[in-house]
Parts: sequence; C-alpha cells; structure tokens
Amino acid sequence: MLYYTDVAVIGGGVIGSAIARELSRYDLSVSVLERNPDVVCETSGRNSAVVHGGFAYDTGTLKARLCVEGNQMMDTLSRELGFPFIRCGKVLVGNTDEDMEQLERTMAQGFRNGASGLEIIDGSRLHELVPAVNGAFALFSSRSGILDPFLFTIGLAENAAENGVRYFLEHEVERIGREDGRYLIASGDDLFSAEWVINAAGLGARRISDMLGITGYRVIGSKGNYLVLDKRLSSLLPMPVYPVPSNTYMGIHVTPTVDGNVTVGPDAINTDDFSYYGVPSDKMAFLQESASVLWPHIRRRDVIRTFSGILPKWVDAEGRIQDFRIEIRDDIAPKAVNLIGIESPGLTAAVPIARHVISLMRERTELHLRELFDPVRKASRRFASMSDEERGMAIAEDPLHGHMVCSCEEVTEADIIAAIHNPLGVSTITGIKYRTRAMMGGCQGGFCQMKIEQLIEKETGKKAEDVCYMRSGSWLLAGKMRKA
Amino acid sequence: MASCREDEEGLRMIESRDVVIIGGGPAGLAAAVELDKRGIHDVVLLEREHELGGILRQCIHDGFGLSRFGESLSGPEYAQRFIDEVRERGIEYHTDSTVTSLSPERIVKVVTPSGLYIYKAKAVILAMGCKERSRGSVMIPGERPAGVFTAGTAQAYMNIYNRMPGRSVIILGSGDIGLIMARRLTLEGCSVKAVFEIQDHPNGLDRNISQCLDDYGIPLYLRHTVTDIHGRERLEGVTVSEVDGNMVPIPGTEEYHPCDTLILSVGLRPENDLIKDAGIEIDEKTSGAAVDENLMTSVPGIFSSGNVLHVHDLVDFVSLESERLAAGVASFIGGGLAHDRTLQVIAGNGVAHVVPQHLCSSSAFSLSFRVRSLSSDSVVRVRQGDRVIVEKRHRRLNPAEMVNVDIAAGSIGKEGNVEVEVV
Repeated sequence: MLYYTDVAVIGGGVIGSAIARELSRYDLSVSVLERNPDVVCETSGRNSAVVHGGFAYDTGTLKARLCVEGNQMMDTLSRELGFPFIRCGKVLVGNTDEDMEQLERTMAQGFRNGASGLEIIDGSRLHELVPAVNGAFALFSSRSGILDPFLFTIGLAENAAENGVRYFLEHEVERIGREDGRYLIASGDDLFSAEWVINAAGLGARRISDMLGITGYRVIGSKGNYLVLDKRLSSLLPMPVYPVPSNTYMGIHVTPTVDGNVTVGPDAINTDDFSYYGVPSDKMAFLQESASVLWPHIRRRDVIRTFSGILPKWVDAEGRIQDFRIEIRDDIAPKAVNLIGIESPGLTAAVPIARHVISLMRERTELHLRELFDPVRKASRRFASMSDEERGMAIAEDPLHGHMVCSCEEVTEADIIAAIHNPLGVSTITGIKYRTRAMMGGCQGGFCQMKIEQLIEKETGKKAEDVCYMRSGSWLLAGKMRKA
Repeated sequence: MASCREDEEGLRMIESRDVVIIGGGPAGLAAAVELDKRGIHDVVLLEREHELGGILRQCIHDGFGLSRFGESLSGPEYAQRFIDEVRERGIEYHTDSTVTSLSPERIVKVVTPSGLYIYKAKAVILAMGCKERSRGSVMIPGERPAGVFTAGTAQAYMNIYNRMPGRSVIILGSGDIGLIMARRLTLEGCSVKAVFEIQDHPNGLDRNISQCLDDYGIPLYLRHTVTDIHGRERLEGVTVSEVDGNMVPIPGTEEYHPCDTLILSVGLRPENDLIKDAGIEIDEKTSGAAVDENLMTSVPGIFSSGNVLHVHDLVDFVSLESERLAAGVASFIGGGLAHDRTLQVIAGNGVAHVVPQHLCSSSAFSLSFRVRSLSSDSVVRVRQGDRVIVEKRHRRLNPAEMVNVDIAAGSIGKEGNVEVEVV
C-alpha cells in the first residue's frame, strides 16, 4: 500500500517516539516506521534507566547541553506521560587523591554545563546517604534520578499516537529513494511517500544514513551486560552508586530501579553484532565481582534475571567516541534529519533531542502549532497503584478490575485488556508485560502467562500460533492441540 | 458475602470468621473438611483461580491417592473427592478471590470481581502452594527467545488451555513435573530429545523415571546442564555441558542440541509473598514459614501446611499434613494450644531441611524432612542431646522423597534441642 505522510520517522524507540510526539504538536501528518512489534525492544529498554545530571560530558557538546535540559524537564514529562520517575540523587564514589581530582574536575565540568545540585561530600555524609557503600568520599548529584525506561518510551509513543501519529510496527525500512522532491521509503509491501525523513533508527541509524546517501560514519556497538537483583536488597541502595568515571566510560555501577529491584552493570564490550543480546556466564561473575568493590551485598542467589543492551557510538578514525550527531545535509539529503551515535545520555536527553530536531526543521520550513495537542497520556490507572477506596470503586464500575490475573504484581484482567488495546496496536507478551508489570514478579509469569496469552487471542482475534513473545517471528505456541 | 461498603464514619466493613483459609488446592481443601469434622463451621476458604483444586487441576496423569485411597487417581479426580465433601458439608468458599495482604493481626484483604473484602479471623491457614523456579533464578546464560517454559506453565498450556508449547523439546531438570511433561509431550506427538539433570541423581520419583522416560525411550543424562540458549526470535537450540563434582560446567564438553522448546523443571519454591507481609519467621532452607508441631507459624493464630510450608513429593502427604494442622487450629480456637516455643528441631547430618522447626509441648507430632543425598542401608536418627528418640534403618534414602517420622507423645524432654540426622 502507498501512504502519504508529511514526516516519516524511522525508528520508534525513545528518540523516534520523542520526535514523533514533539511533531504532533504541529499541523503535520507523522508516520513512525518501527521494525519491531513494540517500541522498547532495543536500546531504549535495555539500559541503566538513570536520569543523568549532565556533568559527565565535555562542555559545549550536544550531549552535555541536551542532557542538562532533559534532566530539568523530567518531572513534567513524568506527570504528563504517567511513568515512574524518582529524583533520588546519585553518588560517584572515590578513595584516592587521584579520584578526588577526577571528581573535582567532573564537578567543575558539570557547573560549566549548567548542571546544578553537585557537591563533593565526605565519607560520613556519603554513609548517611548510602549506608552500605565502600568509599571515602563522593561526588553527590542531587538532581540525578531513575525512571521506568519502558513506560517512558511507551508513554512518549502512545501519547504521540493519541495526538494523531501513525505507528507502523514490524516495518523495517529496506530502501529510500527520492522522487519529485519527496522521499519514497519501501518497507515490505508498503511504500511511504514523505516530505521529511527523520533517521532515529538507533542501532540501525548508520544503515539508514547510508540509504539517505550520507555515508562514511563509523559506528561501533558497545554492549553492556546487567544483572537484576531481588527486591530484598533495595533498602540498602537508596540511589545509584557509580565509581569514578573515566573520560569514556561511566564504569560498572549499582542502580535501584523504580520498582525496587537493583541492577548491576554494565560492562562495556565493543561489538559489531548489533543483534546479539545473550549474557555469557563469565560476564555474570565479572559484574558481581566488580560491583562488590563498591557495594558488597551481591549474592548469587539474589540474581533474578540478566539482560544486556547495545549503545551505538559514533567514533572517529582513531576510535575516539564523538558527540551526538544531529544534522540536515541540505547538499546530499534535503529535508532529512540524520541522527547518528545517539547513545547515553539519550534516554535523559530524548525530548531535548526531539526539540533540537524540530529547531533544525524550522530553520528550513514553517511549522504551525495545532490547537488540539494534548500532552497528557490517556492511560488508565493500574490497579496496583490504587488505594482501597479507588479499588472498590473501580470494581463496582467493572468487575474485571477485581479479577486478578498476575497476583505477584497485582495486575487485573481490566489492566491487561486496557494494555492489549494500547494505541500502538502492540499485542506481544512482552508488550503487555512492559505496560502492566504482569509477569515481572516472583513467579516470572509461571501462573499468569497462559491467561495473558488467552486474553491476547480473545481481544485481538489472533490465532494461538500468531501470538508472539517479543520480536517478529518469536512464536509463543505451536497452535491449538485439538480442534475442540 | 456482603459487599465492601463504608459506613457513615467512613470505616470499612470487616467480616469476622473463626478461620480464613488462603488457597483452595489440596492443602486448603483438606484443612477445610477436617475443621468442619471437628465442629469448626465458621470458616471461609478463598481461592484465586476460577475453580477449586489448585495445581491438581492441570495434573491429568494418574498416580495420585495411592496411599490415601488405595487407588490411582488423576489430579482432578483426587481434588474432586475433597471438593465434593466441601460442597456436601456446605463449607463457605469463594473462587476468583485473591488475597492481597495479611497482617499479623490476622486481617485478610481480598480482591474479587464483586468487590473488596476484609476478614478478621481468629485463625488463618496459609495453603497457597508453591511456584516453580524460573530461568532467572537458575541463571542460565544466553539469549531470550520464545520457547523457554517452566514445566508447569507448559502443562497448563496443554491441559487447561489446549495449546501446544512447541514441537521439538529438551527438558532441563528431572523434577517430577518435567518427567510427567516428557511423557505428555511425547503422547501429543512432540519429539522429546532428552532430559538433562545437573545433579548426580534424578530429582523425581523412581516410578516417574520408569513410566515417563524409560517406557518412551527418552534418555536421561545426569551431571549435565544447559550452558547456552540460542535464538533471537524462537528458540533454535541449546548448548549442553557436562558438570564436575561441584556442578561447574567442564570446558570442552559442550554439545549443541537443536530444539524449539526448552522445558525447565528445576525446582519448586513455596509461594510465600504473603508470609513476608505478615512478618512471619521464614526457614531459609524450606523458604516456607518456620512452624511448631501444630504447624503454627511465629505469628500466633497463623498456620501453614502443604507446599507453601515445604515442597512435598506426594499430594497424599499434603492432605494428611493439613488434617493434622486442622486439629491444631481447632485447639487454638478452643483456647487450648500451647504456643511458647521452647525447643528447636535441627536438620543435622545429611538432612536438607526439617518441619517442624520448633516445639512447644511434648504432645505427639510428625516430623517431615528430606535427605541431602542418595544413600542405601542408612539409619535415620532423631535424638535430643545424646538420648535417641527414634531410630530407623532405611533400605534406600532419596532426596526426591520426603521422609516422615512419627514422634510419640511424651517422648521429648523439656531440655535440649532435637536433631534429625542420617548416620
């Protein structure tokens, strides 16, 4: 089928969805082409989930400026989009004179970047903030925080969709041509004719850049493995604990999640394979050892899960990591915004990145604000977050609110059905998991995955063999056992 | 049941019961019937699923009830005998009713499609059963494709929801559900290639090894485990390695096995989130509550039996244990139950864990425990200090089987902890 759209955003992760949502403020038709069946399958959902203060980046870079801006707007975004965000602060812990010098340099850089809430604290203050940490002193960043990376990205995407953006999931871009001043984008049987193209393809950005004719970028993958620890440990870790950073790497850190777990990681291993997320067993042991130097509470039995993510880093010929590249090359690809090397702090900076993209567009064209834009995501409240009074009222309104599907995380049938009918049309098992927290608890879906699969079949009309776990082709079941 | 409403002061309506039973599986059902027999009628049984019966509902194979009824029943048949009795006796029960919190004051909050309910009970019985250990808790490295199921999840898909989990299957772990699923999947036309067990002995009952694997020519490899999982979308295969005496994979022994489904049968753990809420003492070895000889937990009036207390091998023992628990609950409600914990019961040499963990009196009780390793012609000894209370020679002791020892009234003295050991 042929679709006409003003803007085609390639990639629906946190960057593409932030751009789509910002574009939906204007009188434009916007289409997002995402190769996966959901928007959090790659880097956007696979990271430390830390909202950075903006002190770790060289002054004058986009990374520094957009990170500081993103940090400042996170409270508003959290309210509008309904994702959990906790401004819990963060410490970078040191022991030696060299560490102190590095932390002081980092703090000075932070002030130059416009970051606030930074101070060097001594050991006693450090142990007041984080009782169970090893270290003599620290750089404390009171403005740093943590968020739910799944619900942040999903919130941006669903709010964009509510404001008229069309999401085309499982649409991998195969070719981009240019004809009569418009871009022609081919994806499977579909063709998109767009005035503007925005390359927000993350791990796939270099490939899209090549299709646009903007060649020569060198992008390497930096793979980080993580451990997820049991909620038992969260009381020992009120905020992320980092080692002293080097110029290029933040180091293996321990981070509380907004749901009360703890993550440990990442290591950083260069890779050319942008699709392999397996976590090797030697890396599990390495993470535990390295992080135990900072925070000596990690026992093997507390590990409930592992995961990994890959950051696309733009490097120069000598392999030095570069800034975010956000550009319009009028000479080669007019009306195409090209984003390369969007890695950390991309999660923190997603919305400022989107606004920067739009400012580049507005230097070249006039955009008109719409009156109807509503920044507030219309997601229904989750049962788990309701008071008893609210629960009683919700059940009185619809008995499905009182039908528990996932008792570990208190997710009801009403929650699941609302999630299945999300504005993006995502109907994978992990799509429901990230939207509701079902299957994230102690039994890891042992008691409820079947019920959720059944609800997906019932609500979408899909056959059993067409229900996917996470990615296209990740069939969950071989089908019905008998015809009955 | 009255719906949850507020009175004029905005206070919530609380219903009182002598006993609230949480969980309508074999433990809760047996406790309910036995309480009724003992004249305790002000009881409510709460079940989160739509039907009573617990996990037995999906266990459509036979072999249940051999010791209790002297015949081989399917899981649903076994459960139905108790369900029928609950109905005949008119015992109050509610399905689709999920308990969301339990306080030490025995206040139970329940979510149901007809509203929120709060009960204040004289006694609460924890009978929530157990959950399976998942991939995360055994830390299997590798990718995360679709097609990795716990045995119980695969069993529910097949036996309750009429869905096939896959076609070409490897099973990790020789727990009973894994063995049962090996046969079940084979009968449904799957190719079950092998069962791998990391330990040097099978984890399931002998009869299941023979009837579910041997009869179908499915090989069981001991001292092997899965060391990598392959596949980005759907599972494509697993790497299996031999392990050494410390269960560490031996480099160079890796073998790739293509398959689209990996079934995990790597152990069960008590489903004890509510126990934590109520501040009940937990035994780290069983992951269930630490109880006394009446199966009362550290919080007076809260009792526990069945798989939420410790994982059993046979449902017959779950029923039996829950009936013993009901006797204690009846005495507690009558006001005649000692609950000052004076002695400890210790899992000694060769014993993995033991229930009860505490003693309050010298009345008769039953000790249940599991041994750590396979042995033949060894002696189980229960002693208090140097004094032997019970000693019994066993032809064979198997960690897969629970051992029960009855202790006669008056045989435990007032001083000294009791120790169970294999010698």
